[in-house]
Amino acid sequence: MQFLRKYLNKIKPQFRPGGKFAKLESVFDGFETFLFTPNTTASARGVHVHDNNDMKRTMSTVIVALLPCLLMAMLNIGYQHFHAIGQPEAGWGAMFLFGLLAMLPVIVVSYAVGLGIEFIAAQIHHKEIQEGFLVTGLLIPLIVPINTPLWMTAVATAFAVIFAKEVFGGTGMNIFNVALITRAFLFFAYPSKMSGDAAFVKVDSALGYGGGTVVDGFSGATPLGEVATNVGDTLAHPTSLVDAFVGFIPGSPGETSMIAILIGAAILLITGIASWRVMLSVFAGGFAMASLAHALPSATYPASLLDPCTQLCLGGFAFAAVFMATDPVTGARTKTGQYIYGFLVGVLAILIRVYNGGYPEGAMLAVLFMNAFAPLIDYCVVQSNINRRLKRAKAAGEQ
Amino acid sequence: MALFSKRNKEAFFNPLSKDNPVLVQILGICSTLAVTAKLEPAIVMGISVICVLALSNVIISLIRKTIPTTIRIIVQLVVVAALVIIVQQVLVAYSYDVSKQLSVFIGLIITNCILMGRLEAFALNNGPWASFLDGIGNGLGYTIILVIVAFFRELLGSGTLLGFQVIPQWCYDHGYMNNGLMILPPMALITVACIIWVHRSRNKDLQESSN
Repeated sequence: MQFLRKYLNKIKPQFRPGGKFAKLESVFDGFETFLFTPNTTASARGVHVHDNNDMKRTMSTVIVALLPCLLMAMLNIGYQHFHAIGQPEAGWGAMFLFGLLAMLPVIVVSYAVGLGIEFIAAQIHHKEIQEGFLVTGLLIPLIVPINTPLWMTAVATAFAVIFAKEVFGGTGMNIFNVALITRAFLFFAYPSKMSGDAAFVKVDSALGYGGGTVVDGFSGATPLGEVATNVGDTLAHPTSLVDAFVGFIPGSPGETSMIAILIGAAILLITGIASWRVMLSVFAGGFAMASLAHALPSATYPASLLDPCTQLCLGGFAFAAVFMATDPVTGARTKTGQYIYGFLVGVLAILIRVYNGGYPEGAMLAVLFMNAFAPLIDYCVVQSNINRRLKRAKAAGEQ
Repeated sequence: MALFSKRNKEAFFNPLSKDNPVLVQILGICSTLAVTAKLEPAIVMGISVICVLALSNVIISLIRKTIPTTIRIIVQLVVVAALVIIVQQVLVAYSYDVSKQLSVFIGLIITNCILMGRLEAFALNNGPWASFLDGIGNGLGYTIILVIVAFFRELLGSGTLLGFQVIPQWCYDHGYMNNGLMILPPMALITVACIIWVHRSRNKDLQESSN
């Protein structure tokens, strides 16, 4: 290690202003602090310690929590692929390999574009590179349909990082969830690639592996997509709760498997990274709205025919509840506010899903919409606390 | 007073950049969002606003000493409304398709903040020639922004300019797709915001100090 330290010290002056690589200063600093603990100490003005868990560690924990989803996503992409081309006898190894090869380019593109912009922005503002994109960069491949062309993912990632994050001041200052902005951009800019039957199951080869022609009778529609086009008072192709729970259904990569999401949720809750209040209240809100919709079934809104449990297991609802709504930056921060925020996310997600014919899935829009309201909710909660205490103080003063 | 005195030059040139009605005063945003999905309606809209603004400025400036202050807004509205109706009828007569596309927004020139702003702030206190230059200048300043926004929105959103295909077919064959979001109003806001960003970063005197 001594040798590495000496080497870094030797090349350091080249990255300082006036040096040969002054334009790469923030990149150098980023790698140096990645390798060694920075030797600068807190300023004399003091420092406020909330927790000894710094941002790097927080972000790494979320990455660990996302790994089950990532692995299940790869397996499921392969599973869907080999079933679509009529080779269901392909082994689990082959399925996973296909999924890995299909996901890898998306992950690379997402990180390359996002981190590239972060590095440039850090250099322009002479700031440290922050770790904020670490999680976003992995969330994007998990929520963007697997058939989305890579250049679209790149454009959307660039748009989201610049307009949803950097213009607001970078990591920790964004109003909207950056990964969801990426998806929303794709959703509205290239709707034909983001919904329908062709978006969610990869049929052609992944980096030269696999590939084939679709067997007869195959439909790549997601269960919710099928439900949305259902005609009549009963569901023609009911999805079994078991399939939805284990995750072998078409859908955006990360959202299909409830088991993987629950493992991720457990990791986040045990380590205390995510707020259990938000998570719980999103599910509560979703369940309440789904029950209400199910109590008033209607053939006009076929998604109301789904029973509440299936409703929560299908689509991106659970993934949004665990990984999106709990984003500490864009969500509500007060404890009461977190209950309100989460509950409304859940209600809105199911409301959009059931009663808006145009959008079979509503979790993304619900979270983004509530992101906009989170500061207002916090403001109201804080104000009502202030008023209550003021009243108490006045009452005590009068006695 | 000379026809092109320094003051008159300022009345004409300031609105083009330093005192642009859209970028600096943030006026006329609604029509900037509504008519800029395509280049052609944006240009027609810009020309209509130039005509109405210049003429109403001149008319109000001519009668500025006879208008009682208490009813000046009503008088201004009557003048603007009359001019807008004329423009609208001319468009319907000679350019029916575009007038269909612009639909209600020609009529809404009456409520365009730039018009009332210029009449109140300039025409009521200045002579007709200066008011004319001011009207043309502000109209041009507005039109320039409309055209820039519409250029990017039509190019990226439809792949065309003035209705002609400019993005070649082989791009589409290789997987390029028009960006549907550019057609939607939110991207007009973001495009205007980007232009404001560029404009302010180039004009140091428009930037507030950071403290």
